[in-house]
Amino acid sequence: MKRAFPILAILTALLLAYAFYEAMWVAPMERTMGDVQRIFYYHVPSAWTAFLLFFVNLIASVIYLIRRNAKADAIAVVSAEVGVVFCTVVLVTGPIWARPVWGIWWTWDIRLTTTLVLWLIYVSYLVLRRFSDSSQTPKLAAVLAIFGALDVPLVYFSIWFFRTQHPQPVIGGGGSIDPRMLHVLLLNWLAFSCFALLVCWARYRLELLEREVEDAQSLESLVGDNRLGVKRPGEHSLPLKTNLPLDKNTSRTGTQ
Amino acid sequence: MNSIKFLYAAYIATWLIHGFYLGTLLRRYSRLRQQKKELGK
Repeated sequence: MKRAFPILAILTALLLAYAFYEAMWVAPMERTMGDVQRIFYYHVPSAWTAFLLFFVNLIASVIYLIRRNAKADAIAVVSAEVGVVFCTVVLVTGPIWARPVWGIWWTWDIRLTTTLVLWLIYVSYLVLRRFSDSSQTPKLAAVLAIFGALDVPLVYFSIWFFRTQHPQPVIGGGGSIDPRMLHVLLLNWLAFSCFALLVCWARYRLELLEREVEDAQSLESLVGDNRLGVKRPGEHSLPLKTNLPLDKNTSRTGTQ
Repeated sequence: MNSIKFLYAAYIATWLIHGFYLGTLLRRYSRLRQQKKELGK
């Protein structure tokens, strides 16, 4: 597995470079918008990748709620964090495209607003994960993730069901696209999906290391207490390799 | 409409965001490795 990561990283870098070349120089220029339309090859694949990651987050959260599986909880955190990064790209590249085309950076259009709300929900999910020490945090975060995921179809279908300034969907719906443009779009999506997979992989390993260090710190603090002669009820029952949650009355840091 | 500037801005912004995130991951990783090493002593 350790060898696979650099190989996949090199392949992904090559694929991203090729997809960039196709987006910049091979895809035909759009007649009305000109070159600025090429932003679409980064904006749309980033949005689809973010949706995919939020879907993974939903599945992992549901599995965690049913089975209390620590790996599912780690996957949920990882997919939400990387999903927020891709959603940030969407929210930044969208206004950069809108300024020359619409003449404004932002409008409170349904698609834009629901995307911003989606980003805020997952940022609040990450804030909850980062700053709460309660043993209930993974459970609360999993419930929040389910509510957050409800916004994804709302974002996606908002341009189907509401009058909006945002362009129509390129696949399905009322929009249409040149087959060469569609090819470049799908190529960029593949490249960004591979990149997201790599980043998730690295972030997952980091999450495991973080939990390992937290567990070791918890154990060390308990051993330190023992040296001082402080007795803590049930401390001997603390599992050595604990992932979240330790037990019902014990927080991640091992304090009561 | 000088749209090429906006195109470059969007592509650069995309990679700046990803680069910044990868940078934070690297910093977190090196901090954790250091903590793990200290705990092992």
